[in-house]
Amino acid sequence: MSSIVSIQKLTKTYANGFSALKGVDLEIREGEILALLGPNGAGKTTLISIICGISVPTSGTVLVGGHDVVQEFRKTRALIGLVPQELTTDQFETVWNTVTFSRGVHGAKSNPALIEQILKDLTLWDKRNAKLRELSGGMKRRVLIAKALAHEPRILFLDEPTAGVDVELRRGMWAAIGRLRETGVTVILTTHYIEEAEEMADRIGVISGGELLLVEEKRALMQKLGRKQLRLELKEPLESLPPTLAALGLTLADGGRGLVHEYGNGAGEGRIGAVLAAIEAEGLSISDVATRQSSLEDIFVSLVGERP
Amino acid sequence: MNIEAIKAIYFFEMARMKRTLLQSVISPVITTSLYFIVFGTAIGSRINEVGGVSYGAFITPGLIMLTLLSQCIGNASIGIYFPKFTGTIYEILSAPVSMAEIVIGYVGAAATKGLIVGLIILATASLFVDLTIAHPLIMLMFMVLTAVTFSLFGFIIGIWADNFEQLNLVPMLVVPPLTFLGGSFYSIDMLPPFWQAVSHLNPVLYLVSGFRWSFYEIADVNPLISLAMIAVFLTLCLSVLAWIFKTGYRLRK
Ligand SMILES: Nc1ncnc2c1ncn2[C@@H]1O[C@H](COP(=O)(O)OP(=O)(O)OP(=O)(O)O)[C@@H](O)[C@H]1O
Ligand SMILES: [Mg+2]
Repeated sequence: MSSIVSIQKLTKTYANGFSALKGVDLEIREGEILALLGPNGAGKTTLISIICGISVPTSGTVLVGGHDVVQEFRKTRALIGLVPQELTTDQFETVWNTVTFSRGVHGAKSNPALIEQILKDLTLWDKRNAKLRELSGGMKRRVLIAKALAHEPRILFLDEPTAGVDVELRRGMWAAIGRLRETGVTVILTTHYIEEAEEMADRIGVISGGELLLVEEKRALMQKLGRKQLRLELKEPLESLPPTLAALGLTLADGGRGLVHEYGNGAGEGRIGAVLAAIEAEGLSISDVATRQSSLEDIFVSLVGERP
Repeated sequence: MNIEAIKAIYFFEMARMKRTLLQSVISPVITTSLYFIVFGTAIGSRINEVGGVSYGAFITPGLIMLTLLSQCIGNASIGIYFPKFTGTIYEILSAPVSMAEIVIGYVGAAATKGLIVGLIILATASLFVDLTIAHPLIMLMFMVLTAVTFSLFGFIIGIWADNFEQLNLVPMLVVPPLTFLGGSFYSIDMLPPFWQAVSHLNPVLYLVSGFRWSFYEIADVNPLISLAMIAVFLTLCLSVLAWIFKTGYRLRK
């Protein structure tokens, strides 16, 4: 697979001396959905701003479609659409004008039919003649998406697209992003909602403190770092763990009321039968069974939490 | 050249300014009319003539310049300051446009509106006094050059300003005194020699003088020197802008 964005040894030090990116290397594949996760101040917006041309890199290179973002900015920026994190809008403009402006300023010939389609897809058509200040926050967010799509970009950056958007609308946006991907658009999104990354992304990148901690296929990541847990509720609490069960790696929980078997990371799945048989052999009776799989959130917290 | 982008910025700005055209025309029209009533009619009736033209006619070029300068500086500075202030500038910074194209769009629109308002003032003036324009083309050329130069100047102020006070500082506090002291209402040879010398440090003197020459062929300084001074100021503004673009001053972090 070819990279549509290629970032090498990228650093960014702001004018006040703060080092927001400390040597980031990242290859973004054409047509994928990449989710960037990271706590507040991790450097997500900084990274996006450099790729889009709003900030200048301190050192390192960024190529978009094989072109350098500083030297060949006309080629790279024409490929990119950006939905910024902040709800910044021309309050006194109409929806139609602001979206049409976006297409023009990217150097594309006017195409009212396309703008109409985009507004309809984002359920903004009824509001086309409304001034932006008359819209709700969620509608403004969609206007920003419409603006980013107006010049038919090949790469779409969404900096926290669903912040402040209600659940139903969020689902609608995910669906819209899914449709975009089908047309071959590469999507990079940052988010604090881990379920969003879990649901949409092909790959997950985790940024913290200006460093990219990892980039992985979502499935591989969950498999590699995900833990599973089998939890058995006992009818009668145990004083201590019988040696046969301790030998299988079980632990006692809830003051002797629960038995816990941890597996996952590709190990321990085969022992569930043995665990159940050993419990049977000890003559213990079970009142309830539960399994739990660690989420991306657990993985994320443990990754970021490991950092000093 | 990204012509589509220049067009987009230019027409976006023109649309924005069209919404405020009425208020930006009404106030200078009223002010100018008041000047004519007070200076042209009330006081002018005692001054008779300056350099062979009636006092009302004499002050007309200066009044047009005053409006043109404040309009161009005001429009261009707010045009770029406002997106900076609201954050919508992200779109222009991430668009495939060069800084030169951004300037052409914004400055072109501000200069256009300044010229429109300037011509409206000219029309207003013609209601009060008999105007003769000896060199209409040169007059237009002075107006266009002044409009472009001071729109560039306004654009620089808009990039530099961090708050609305700074934004208004130059148009409110610098332009009117320079215009009043720049020979708009008198010929500077009415002044004592020392103040004549000081007046020559005022860039607006050259604008008003050259502009007035295109009307009545009377001037405080040689019109060619006026032209040269505008060229100097234009070059100065372009150099500052070139530096701003090279360093990304106050635009790209
Ligand atoms: N213009 C600036 N000058 C100085 N420091 C800045 C500037 N912009 C951002 N920073 C700092 O750089 C760091 C990274 O900021 P950035 O906006 O990239 O974080 P983020 O990952 O997008 O966070 P969030 O999830 O809160 O949006 C922060 O510590 C921030 O304070
Ligand atoms: Mg951010």
